[in-house]
Amino acid sequence: MSYLIELKGVTKRYGEVVALNNASLKVMKGEILTIIGPNGSGKTTLLRIMAGIDRPTSGEFYFDGVKVDGGNMSEIRLRGTMVFQRTALFNATVYKNLAYGLKLRGYPKNEIKEKVKEVLRLVRLEGYENRSTKKLSGGEQQRVSLARALVLETELLLLDEPTANLDPKNVSIIEETISQVNKERHATIVMATHNIFQAETLANRLAILLEGKIVEVGTAKGVFNFQSKYLASFARLENVFLGTSRITEDGTSLVEIGDGIEIEAAVEKTGKATIYMRPEDITLSKIHTASSARNTFKGRIVGISDLGSVMRLRIDAGKEFIAQITKKSFVEMQLNIDIEVFFTFKASSVHMI
Amino acid sequence: MASEILEVLIEALELVFSGDPTFLEITTRSILISGTATLLSALWGAPIGMILGLKKFRGKTLLKSLFNALLGIPTVALGLILYLFLSRSGPLGFLQILYTPVGIIIGQSILITPITVSFVTSAIESVDPEIRDLARTLGASETQASITVLGESSGGFLLAVIASFNRAIAELGVALMIGGNIKGITRVLTTTIALETTRGEVVLAIALAIILLTIVSVLSLSINLIQRRRT
Repeated sequence: MSYLIELKGVTKRYGEVVALNNASLKVMKGEILTIIGPNGSGKTTLLRIMAGIDRPTSGEFYFDGVKVDGGNMSEIRLRGTMVFQRTALFNATVYKNLAYGLKLRGYPKNEIKEKVKEVLRLVRLEGYENRSTKKLSGGEQQRVSLARALVLETELLLLDEPTANLDPKNVSIIEETISQVNKERHATIVMATHNIFQAETLANRLAILLEGKIVEVGTAKGVFNFQSKYLASFARLENVFLGTSRITEDGTSLVEIGDGIEIEAAVEKTGKATIYMRPEDITLSKIHTASSARNTFKGRIVGISDLGSVMRLRIDAGKEFIAQITKKSFVEMQLNIDIEVFFTFKASSVHMI
Repeated sequence: MASEILEVLIEALELVFSGDPTFLEITTRSILISGTATLLSALWGAPIGMILGLKKFRGKTLLKSLFNALLGIPTVALGLILYLFLSRSGPLGFLQILYTPVGIIIGQSILITPITVSFVTSAIESVDPEIRDLARTLGASETQASITVLGESSGGFLLAVIASFNRAIAELGVALMIGGNIKGITRVLTTTIALETTRGEVVLAIALAIILLTIVSVLSLSINLIQRRRT
């Protein structure tokens, strides 16, 4: 097995803040590895070091078997590239953004044109060459920054929460693109995410980062079934709950997740279980209505974030749930912070790992 | 009285549009001298501004406030200092550039360096710090990344150049004391206006002032336009 990246005991300090604390990780050639962990656990720093734009305070970083230091960092930057969580774009046309890295690599003009056209097709933004990046929607901007990295066809692609704060349509375009690039070009991809669903569906392996340390690495199934103390920290991720499951007479399971909440899942399992549901699978109503969905709870809205065409709501029902609804229904239902709502999801929307 | 002023103005305007070769010569010389001074100042002012805007080092704040303080240096004071250095008995007297266009160029470039530096610094600082990281992740070296940041300051560099040129072409102290206002050699717009006014040639002075004002206000207007586009 050959590794593209090896981090050995990497520590990174920014002044007093320890962002990474003796983290070790190996990334295999051609795999998709996701890094999951709560905010502030060091995901971005880990990616920045692998991208060659930050240097470890101590510890070693090997790229394709060669130790990286100040002398060959610029080489690393040509072999890997990173897409930031907060979309950063040059204030120019889409074409100029996409051509930037190619120009640095000395490609002739007609070849740049070809490549730009091709990559725009890949992220489904055909014909956007002459548009100003400032006038694009958030999702389109994120797709341009992904395209700008993809067009370079680097061996390594680093993605920092590439789908955070995007609407479902843009999320699925980006997810498909990532998976396509990995399959067709065999690019090695390291992706930081909050989204467990993404980690499980896209990635070959996942690594859990907690307080600057890699605490676990393995396949999604392996990591989640491992009943470790680290799983508790996942409660901070979206709609992920740990509980004890028992099988009901109807052939479903009831998972007791604490605080008196029981969630019905359309699978049969007894014992400890980790469950999660996608925020877009949760529907809201102001009054309790009869529904075929098996899970209905009452909660209070404690947080609202505006993602453009959709709204993401944090609902406190003893445990915190995240629901995603369209802006239209948000306005029609006159929702706001502190308003009590009923939220509902089907037993079949509950995923068990 | 009012009609007299109007008469003089009309006379002056006629002179402006008469295509007088001396007018053209003085205007061209002014633009060439101040333009060269601006280029020189950009040559060293832009890198200094880039370093001040991008790097963190000890004494940075001090250096920045020094350049800010020098923004308003009186041109006569600078002219005097340069005169003492460049005069025959001064430490740089051997260069023999007192009363030459080269002397004015060097004097003006020193005068406007603080403007170039301050404008470039603030232009760089106004750019999202992520732009630099972005350039680096796409494969840029440190120098390439810095140049990209400067380019991103959307007209920041251009703004620095225009503001510097404006100050240079409109100043009198250095041009008069270092240039000496020698006809056909170092006589520029500002020195001619001063001279002709004291000689009572008001119409001529006004005509030259109209030209100078036009140059300066067109440039100021473009500064405004660039700044508006940035926000």
